[in-house]
Amino acid sequence: MSASLLHARNIARSYELNRHIWGNASVVHAVSDVTLSVGRNETLGIVGESGSGKSTTGRLLLGLESPTRGSISFDGRPLPVIGSPEWRKSRTRMQMIYQDPLAALDRRLPIAKQMREPLDIHQAGNLQERETRVSELLRAVGLSDAVARRYPHELSGGQRQRVVLARALVTRPDLLVCDEPVSALDVSIQAQVVNLLSDLQAELGLAMIFISHDLRVVRQVSHRIAVMYLGRIVEEGEADDLFARPAHPYTRALVSAAPVPGTKLGGRIMLRGEPPNPANQPSGCAFHPRCSAAVARCKSEMPALAELGGGRKVSCHLAGSPSENQADPSPARTRVPLNPVEAASEDVA
Amino acid sequence: MSSASEQVDIRSTLRLWGASPVIVLCIGWLLAMILIAIFADLLAPIHYTTQDLTARFRPPAFMTGGSADHLLGTDHLGRDVLSRMIYALRTSILIATLGTLIGAVMGTLMGLAAARFRGIVDMVAMMLCDVQTALPSLFIAIAFLAFFGNNIVLFIILVSFEGWERYARLARGLVLSEQTADYIRAVEAFGAGTGRVVFQHLLPNIAASLVVQATLNFPGTILLETSLSFLGLGVQPPDTSLGLMLGEGRRYLLNAWWIAVLPGIIIFLTTLAMSLFGDWLRDRLDPTINKEG
Amino acid sequence: MKMSSLKAIGFRAVRSLVTLLLCVTLVFVILRAAGDPSEELLPPETPPDIRQEYRVQWGLDRPIVVQYLNFLSRVARGDLGESFASDLPATELVMRAIPKTILLGGSAFLLATLIGMSLGVTAALRHGTAVDRSLIAAAVLGYSMPVFFLGILLILVFALQLRVLPSSGSSSPVHLILPTITLALPLAGRVARFARTATLEVMGKPFIRTARAKGLGQLAVILGHALPNAMVPLLMFFGIEIGLILSGAVVTETIFAWPGLGRLLVDSVNMRDLPVVQAVILMITLIIVLSNLFVDILHALLDPKVSLARTLGGAG
Repeated sequence: MSASLLHARNIARSYELNRHIWGNASVVHAVSDVTLSVGRNETLGIVGESGSGKSTTGRLLLGLESPTRGSISFDGRPLPVIGSPEWRKSRTRMQMIYQDPLAALDRRLPIAKQMREPLDIHQAGNLQERETRVSELLRAVGLSDAVARRYPHELSGGQRQRVVLARALVTRPDLLVCDEPVSALDVSIQAQVVNLLSDLQAELGLAMIFISHDLRVVRQVSHRIAVMYLGRIVEEGEADDLFARPAHPYTRALVSAAPVPGTKLGGRIMLRGEPPNPANQPSGCAFHPRCSAAVARCKSEMPALAELGGGRKVSCHLAGSPSENQADPSPARTRVPLNPVEAASEDVA
Repeated sequence: MSSASEQVDIRSTLRLWGASPVIVLCIGWLLAMILIAIFADLLAPIHYTTQDLTARFRPPAFMTGGSADHLLGTDHLGRDVLSRMIYALRTSILIATLGTLIGAVMGTLMGLAAARFRGIVDMVAMMLCDVQTALPSLFIAIAFLAFFGNNIVLFIILVSFEGWERYARLARGLVLSEQTADYIRAVEAFGAGTGRVVFQHLLPNIAASLVVQATLNFPGTILLETSLSFLGLGVQPPDTSLGLMLGEGRRYLLNAWWIAVLPGIIIFLTTLAMSLFGDWLRDRLDPTINKEG
Repeated sequence: MKMSSLKAIGFRAVRSLVTLLLCVTLVFVILRAAGDPSEELLPPETPPDIRQEYRVQWGLDRPIVVQYLNFLSRVARGDLGESFASDLPATELVMRAIPKTILLGGSAFLLATLIGMSLGVTAALRHGTAVDRSLIAAAVLGYSMPVFFLGILLILVFALQLRVLPSSGSSSPVHLILPTITLALPLAGRVARFARTATLEVMGKPFIRTARAKGLGQLAVILGHALPNAMVPLLMFFGIEIGLILSGAVVTETIFAWPGLGRLLVDSVNMRDLPVVQAVILMITLIIVLSNLFVDILHALLDPKVSLARTLGGAG
């Protein structure tokens, strides 16, 4: 693995709710004490349910929000203050892909204008060069030049997400954060977009952070995976390894709930109890109310994120010996086979 | 031939938009008024200040004693009522249009600033809106005119006070909900400055609602101008406006009703047409009803 | 009363006070920006030494902040100077005019309710029919009618042509008829539109359907159940429209020489009797702010959560 490009150390982000003149402010800890790094040529997957703080983490890592505690460095230097000229300049090097491509595009502007916008903002090259760059990228994501003149609502969901991707890449960024990039797409298109992301990441040597609630999708693209629960990382490791031997009870439950084609559905672990709520955090280990293995210590004491060796980190009192996951022999980061009919119908352009 | 086919085209387009014959009539009336206002110099038979004391209180041509010299009769100074109405229409439409534009721009900018900067800017803006709501623009205008005396620039600015706070509240609310949308966040994530975010993205996306608001507000602006002029506090002689004609004519109701009533009909029909048009436009364009497209 | 209602009312009361203070400040700013108040507020023929005396008495030689505070305390005490035209305190002139405006506004309010409610409810009951459509059209005509034009038409027809009603003055109840109609008709158009929507809404509610299922006739249902439920919204509607009613009163009172607040305001402006202008403007502000507060309190009592959220949302 190469030296890390982005490094976040013990970052936290909390929000105050109900803040008015005499109301008591209640503080919600969206992200607590997260340490992460990602290098060039590497994809880090972040998995978690809604409310796990994964999207906030993504925005923090991109410098779109500032952490209330901790520090983030990018390419050896701390992230500049939001809104400062250096921060504006840094935007060309780190970009984001959104969940709903239709919402991420301005419905009043043609595609070409929106794709050119990052270049316009940073005044990169002359108009001719910008337009050349735009059509270059349209082709790179498998769209034809004709798309450039269209408006977002005239495109299909998959085409829109390709446009959003192309726009994010137009300034040749080093880091790409994808926040649930395929969840809003038809299942038939998801695989195409995931493969495209995967290919472009490898081709351009990007550092990529891929955020999703869907473990199956994350494992297709990620080299390493971090599992988040209630604002904290509960487990982190190499993708294949993590799938083969999940150490944290929560990860085990997620892995067992994500069947892989060609395997049996046996041994599925059901999560019980309430889904996590950041405004109301349990004592001790945040996962203990839903954990089938919880002991008394889990209620009172928060486990630290401990190294298990082999790049694996786990935050669990009981994790000494990661258990073998029988259900998963297939390696991660595989290309998903495309249905040729769907592939053809998608690329109309 | 081409103009005829164009007309058919326009009519079918309007019908496609769900325009009833009444709305088509309203649009036609408004266009006619605008054209008359623009070409007042060509259309007015006689200059509006030309007096003829030998021809005072001449009735309109359709009444006994009327003549084709003065189609709509003359006033107490023997001035041609038709010509005066044409010029009065120009003044009233000009003031109301300028007033609407100034009010829309100022109100929108204030709402945009309130929503973008929040905090103290927002508080001050909302307090000013509260003051405007508490004190109808007629009273604000009267207070200013009483203390500062009358001049046309001040008068136009005062007319623009009508409803500015509605644009401010509307723009603020729309921007507050719109700026959390991903496309705005995306543009901000590219490092775009406030100017670009506001004027390239936010404003075009909320413009439809603001235009509808302006249309709905226009009748109020016309009524404010004509009311003030009617009370003698607005447009001053020798200039004339529809309200001023009514104000002057009301003293001669007994023997020359047309001096006051004819301009009154114009005001009434114009505000009516604009209200109906505005209601219809709101139903058609308001993005809260018609989100897609 | 619920805590949240109290909270909402408290918030609104504070906000009304702030608005009132801002309006008073606005008047002060206009007054000071327009020039030397001793020029503006004293009759033109005042000798220079007396003028100077007043300047000292009003504190015009003091710093602007002191002047502002003095102004506030004078406003609070109701001391707004004397009218040039009549040598009476401006406040007293205002107090004399208020009952006349209340009489006119009140009767217009009643007439508008009567006409508007009956038309609106009828339209709702005949929802979608030709009756409904023509009543809507009549309502639109009503509220698009400029008050001054309507007044002139009424004078022309009833005072000058038919000679059945007086066109100016306030010496008898008959004098009230034309100004009341003038002020009420545009308002009735708005009430009708409002009543139609409210009735349509209320007719879909379960308790009305229950009442109808019990075999009550349509009119009985409306009178017995729907109307009482519509009274509070109607009051709130008038509270919100009060500014419009007062604006209309300015024009109506001027046309019919009705000696209320509006007429006093216009006359004073024409005579440049600025202490009176100032007093009328402040009084009108007070009336409007208080009626808005009244609406908010009603709202808070009826629907505390929504009201508080609205208050907080509005305050940012």
